[in-house]
Amino acid sequence: MSKENTAVTKKKIKRCKEDVVFDAACFIILTLVLFVVAYPLYWVIISSISAPSAVSSGKVLLHPIGFTLKGYAEVFKNDQVMRGFLNSLIITFCGVMVNLIVTLPTSYALSRSNFSGKKPITIFYLITMFFGGGLIPTYLVIQRLQMLNTIWALILPGCLSVYNMIVARTFFKSNISEELYEAAEIDGCTQARFFFQIALPLSKAIIAILVLYYGVGHWNSYFSALVYISDKAKYPLQLVLRNILITNQTALSQTATTAAARAALQEKQQLIDVMKYSLIIISSIPVLVMYPLVQKHFVKGVMIGSMKG
Amino acid sequence: MKEKPTKAKKKGRTIRAFKRDISLWLFCVPGVILTFIFSYIPMYGVQIAFRRFNATAGITKSPWVGMYYFERFFNSPYFASTIKNTLILSLYGLVVSFPIPIILALMLNSFRHKRYRKVIQTVTYAPNFISTVVMCGMIILFLSPSVGVINHVLEAIGIPAVNFMAKKAYWRHIYVWTGVWQSTGWSSVIYFAALAGISPELHEAAKVDGATKLQLIRHIDLPLIMPTATILLIMNCGSILSVGFEKAFLLQNNLNASVSEIISTYVYKVGLINNDMSYSSAIGLFNTIVNMVMLIIVNTISDKLSGNSLW
Repeated sequence: MSKENTAVTKKKIKRCKEDVVFDAACFIILTLVLFVVAYPLYWVIISSISAPSAVSSGKVLLHPIGFTLKGYAEVFKNDQVMRGFLNSLIITFCGVMVNLIVTLPTSYALSRSNFSGKKPITIFYLITMFFGGGLIPTYLVIQRLQMLNTIWALILPGCLSVYNMIVARTFFKSNISEELYEAAEIDGCTQARFFFQIALPLSKAIIAILVLYYGVGHWNSYFSALVYISDKAKYPLQLVLRNILITNQTALSQTATTAAARAALQEKQQLIDVMKYSLIIISSIPVLVMYPLVQKHFVKGVMIGSMKG
Repeated sequence: MKEKPTKAKKKGRTIRAFKRDISLWLFCVPGVILTFIFSYIPMYGVQIAFRRFNATAGITKSPWVGMYYFERFFNSPYFASTIKNTLILSLYGLVVSFPIPIILALMLNSFRHKRYRKVIQTVTYAPNFISTVVMCGMIILFLSPSVGVINHVLEAIGIPAVNFMAKKAYWRHIYVWTGVWQSTGWSSVIYFAALAGISPELHEAAKVDGATKLQLIRHIDLPLIMPTATILLIMNCGSILSVGFEKAFLLQNNLNASVSEIISTYVYKVGLINNDMSYSSAIGLFNTIVNMVMLIIVNTISDKLSGNSLW
């Protein structure tokens, strides 16, 4: 636009000065934001592949020092972590299956505008958003059903998230038109057949979004396992992580007397610290590897959710 | 069908509609049954807050004690401290983490370099997907007095190392600002979506009239995302006393317990560690009721002032 040279452009250029300042300020602030968010993540990565002594003495700041994979080796040697990883994979897989089996049909039914149960069932779910029995009454129900220490205690209580259900319902409403259903109905298609053979194949995007939301939720959750699972062999990864990262159960309790023993002990402690960084990376891998690939689905989910349904 | 529907006719119509929709009703059955078991039965079970719960007698056979446990909570020294801690944490979090995503979205929206913008968005969304346990593990590692990177940097510029997690004066700031780090990017998505929906003609027209970018934001963008912001604010106010258990519990230690003991961590400890189930349920019920009242109050105010309401 600066190629024109009339009086108007001069005015435009003058006016742009404020904008230039604004753009520059924007650029600087956003770059700062980018740095503040990215640096801790980057630092965890470089620390996980650096020499333990360099990490604990604070030498690692910009790039890895003394490249080694000892931390990762230590993680793979740890039985608890490996079992937790496997448990979490199983919980996430089964959990997402149950979530889909419950959420998809419900949201489809609620998306049909002339469904006679729309109002009562919506109210039935909305109440649970604002009122609940709380921790202990729910615990007592799970206990009575003899679900303590089973995977079901982690999967069934949260089988339908009202938020995700609303997202899916909005999606069905705006993507599966009434006309399509009417046309199928004239051809003698039943509701069930329409759902499985027409609506679902047209809804791959929303299925992907639900798998992601529910999957990340299961993978990252630790509270229900903390409450319902006491058998260590059944711990999901997040509980194992809590023991290692937060309550520091790997911390060395022996006291060393000789200088050599003290040095060996210190080295071991440093190795444990580096192992923690490796552990952070390994536990986040399933989510972080998928993340760039599916980011647009995640964002789409929020956008569908923000539409008034 | 023009004549006034009689009761019998209405009933007949309901039954016909039910018959027509039978398969749709069946679709809802699994979710309704599971939600009934895991949400509605606990609502019924919440009556143990009014009874002295005895596991062998069961819920309905336990002796009725009325408001005993509520009074016990109101008279206990934990009442004031947990409520105060929860409120401060929640209000502090709200004041900080409510406006920042809006500012980020406004800046990103008026940012010209599309590629760079994409990079910033991708990176700032990422922390949202880190689990609470890993997040708290990172906080503790970074702030560690001996090996933490932050203390290394402080020492390098001549400030002695600080044991951040042991100082209760820092705890709330750590809690809130790490929350900002983790969730700002993701919270801005919804505002960014709202901004993307603003018709470009509005901006064009204002530009022709000589508006600066700052003026565009002030007079066009901000008013147009207000409804979204208000709804989110109402929702946040409805959960003002339900600060999440997960993060506070993980960041808690004996040295900072006087500021980090919030209602949800207290409910957990009383109920499942001390096994005082009725007392714990009473505290939980009190919490739920305060939240509902808050939600209704804020929603009414917002409805009167701006016409934005949840229902």
